[in-house]
Amino acid sequence: MPDSTVMGVHREEQHHPELLHHFAEPQQQRDSASLGMWVFLATEVMFFGGLFCAYLVYRTKYFGDFGAASKSIDALLGGTNTAVLICSSLTVVIAVWAAQTARKTLLVGMLALTMLFGLAFLGIKAKEYKDKFEEHHVPGASFSFDHVPIPGRPGEYANPKHAEIFFALYFVMTGLHALHMIIGLGIFAWLLFMAWKGRFTPAYHTPVEIGGLYWHFVDIVWIYLFPLLYLIDRHP
Amino acid sequence: MSEHKSSDHAKSPLKMYFAVWAALIVGTFITYEAAFLELGAFNSVVALVIASIKATLVVLFFMHVYHASERLTKLVVIAAVFFLLLLLGLTMTDYATRMWS
Amino acid sequence: MPIPNGPQGERENYLNKEYGIWSWLLTTDHKRIALLYLVSITFFFFIGGFFALLIRLELLTPIGDLVQADTYNKLFTQHGMVMVFFFLIPSIPAVLGNFLVPMMIGAKDLAFPRINLLSWYLYIIGGILMLHAMLAGGVDTGWTFYAPFSTNYSNSRIVEAGLGIFIAGFSSILTGLNFVVTIHRMRAPGLTWSRLPLFIWAHYATSIIQLLGTPVIAVTIVLVAAERALHLGIFDPRLGGDPLLFQHLFWFYSHPAVYIMILPSMGVVTEIIACFSRKRIFGYSFVAFSSIAIAVFGFLVWAHHMFVAGISVYSALVFSFLSYSVALPSAVKVFNWTATLYKGSIHYDAPMLYAFGFLGLFTIGGLTGLFLAALGINVHVTDTYFVVAHFHYIMVGGAVMGYLGGMHFWWPKISGRLYPEGWARLAALIVFIGFNLTFFPQFILGYLGMPRRYYDYSHMPEFQVLNVMSTAGSTILGVGYLLPMVYFLWSMRYGKPALDNPWNAAGLEWKTASPPPTFNFDEEPVVTWEAYNYEELDGSHIEEVPIAR
Repeated sequence: MPDSTVMGVHREEQHHPELLHHFAEPQQQRDSASLGMWVFLATEVMFFGGLFCAYLVYRTKYFGDFGAASKSIDALLGGTNTAVLICSSLTVVIAVWAAQTARKTLLVGMLALTMLFGLAFLGIKAKEYKDKFEEHHVPGASFSFDHVPIPGRPGEYANPKHAEIFFALYFVMTGLHALHMIIGLGIFAWLLFMAWKGRFTPAYHTPVEIGGLYWHFVDIVWIYLFPLLYLIDRHP
Repeated sequence: MSEHKSSDHAKSPLKMYFAVWAALIVGTFITYEAAFLELGAFNSVVALVIASIKATLVVLFFMHVYHASERLTKLVVIAAVFFLLLLLGLTMTDYATRMWS
Repeated sequence: MPIPNGPQGERENYLNKEYGIWSWLLTTDHKRIALLYLVSITFFFFIGGFFALLIRLELLTPIGDLVQADTYNKLFTQHGMVMVFFFLIPSIPAVLGNFLVPMMIGAKDLAFPRINLLSWYLYIIGGILMLHAMLAGGVDTGWTFYAPFSTNYSNSRIVEAGLGIFIAGFSSILTGLNFVVTIHRMRAPGLTWSRLPLFIWAHYATSIIQLLGTPVIAVTIVLVAAERALHLGIFDPRLGGDPLLFQHLFWFYSHPAVYIMILPSMGVVTEIIACFSRKRIFGYSFVAFSSIAIAVFGFLVWAHHMFVAGISVYSALVFSFLSYSVALPSAVKVFNWTATLYKGSIHYDAPMLYAFGFLGLFTIGGLTGLFLAALGINVHVTDTYFVVAHFHYIMVGGAVMGYLGGMHFWWPKISGRLYPEGWARLAALIVFIGFNLTFFPQFILGYLGMPRRYYDYSHMPEFQVLNVMSTAGSTILGVGYLLPMVYFLWSMRYGKPALDNPWNAAGLEWKTASPPPTFNFDEEPVVTWEAYNYEELDGSHIEEVPIAR
């Protein structure tokens, strides 16, 4: 008597070429990929979380110095970057919808647009880093932060050492975020290529969905980084 | 019945996505402007509340958690946030009380 | 009477399906990956054990006469780093978990087989970096690599070792991710959560810790590396940084890490005790939920490693209270195991001997943890051998005993061979005796005031007697560890072929051949029975059922 499970698997495989052998059916594979990405994002929350913890400790300890340091980074650029990422998240969801509804041109366009926004973000970031380098705000031997007034406390000046801690956190946190953006761009380049080759259909577009989840996460990290780093103690 | 629902569903997401996008942009703008107001300690609160609303919108609507078929997805999100708050909160029990003794 | 499968060559299984080095190095079969891990972690166990041997040799005499002080620092550092990150953390999950989780739930493989292989390669890369760091000069910071010594003053290969641990950490995270998704998504029809073996619950809980804790130490290592390489000063007091912040971030992971090390072992012990008492585990739900509780509570207690470091006393009170609460779910398990034994039909096969050893030694280790959780006592015994004894009772007396018990219990399934029972019982006894002789004197030494991480105790020469006992014990322990390695290898060639279910144990893994075929089951199982259905397996009589050999 033929093994019905084996036969069943073969039937499934004929209809679903992307079905991996250890899954019983495509829905199981989709659900596994989705859960896998969500669980991975949970680990990323904790990864950035350690840095947010360090940030929280020092911000409460050295609020004034942090405020002075924060004021010296460009909130307009930071805000623009926030808007750029928000737009990129929009293009991502539209891309997923395009994949769900078999709109290949829209899918390819949205993926490309997402990448453009990502590159714009990195470009603005590079400008910020360049500014910080020129102002000697990069921690290390050439760091200097003398005679910078503390916002809201006339006559008081920021402790350069504590400001240096702010900038250390600024560079590590935005740097790690930028690294995740770069990885995201790599993922989306691959998605773009696959989409262009017509590999995504309404039945199979899991990589677009889970790639999208990753991108949204990177956006959310920035949503918190922006006010925390750029807007600590701005005054009129 | 389900077809009607899915096509209904398929049409409305775009409007919803643009609405969420608009809310996020407005939220960013408000955050920026509010930072220049004199609210004392509330500046931080306002900034974090708006950021959290934005993040929640992204999670619920862009990441489709609102329409998720399983409670498991929501549980993963909540668990991640919970453990992050644990890290931040319990660490601060040390720093916040060091000066007490 | 079940018909035994013939010698290995006759029936196709995961071992003989393909030959050649690349069929192993490029495998995605979870069972082969488990064996890749088995070989690798055994290798690192030897390395860690070698450092332990040198430590114990040095401590035979009160003066520092075997190695120099700097070298001694490297010995205990590397012993700790290798044993924790490259042996204990992977051990049961990567070997037994990888092998058994899909089988116990009736699946063909884990959810992400290629990520599973990637996990092993990450572990190997991390291990190579660690090895190189040790060979190229070593690390001398203690396995805890506290700032500011690690960030500002030590001249040793910290960044390299840290990178090795970072990469191995990702191996751990990916294994946890694989297990969580597999357990949620790949259970056979009919296998509800309440029918799962408790080994699965234990690994699920372990995976939660791996996923949520490891990233924090990963980012901490990044910060240490940044501080060393770029002088970023986040922990540097000269810049207003706080070294205690390092400790908070470090222990946020490293405390839950000890639960990564013990929970899988508890899962193993549960399976063994049920099988060799021929009884359903007492209080299934309590044991299942206590695993989850340990995982969650384990995240609430980390600063009990910092009571004397300078944290606020109010914070210390909170953490001390929480540390007592984390003992509760562990105690629940001990009660349930004991209750399972009561009126059970006990068989004293080697796995059960290890389980008994676990029960006693884990209890002692756990109770001494409560001593340490008390602030008053902690002040006196922190950084003494009391702490060293405490954690070795749990990690060696607990986790390693569970690992060895599990290796013996599932060896027939993994290899298709029976190990020699006589030698195995002897080895278990030798391990138990050697272990207690090594570590019990250390409780006394610590209580009397001998500090840890000292190579010279000539200010208190009366400590020598206990140290000599401890070193003697460690040699006996070493023999006890070598024996299974020898007879397991021997059994692969000369051991009696095993039946599908030599122990007549409950569990889906026993319903397929020993060794299993590559895709585990010829037909997808459909589960209609509860876990630990020993009454059914043994018939309704309570007479002694011979274990088929």
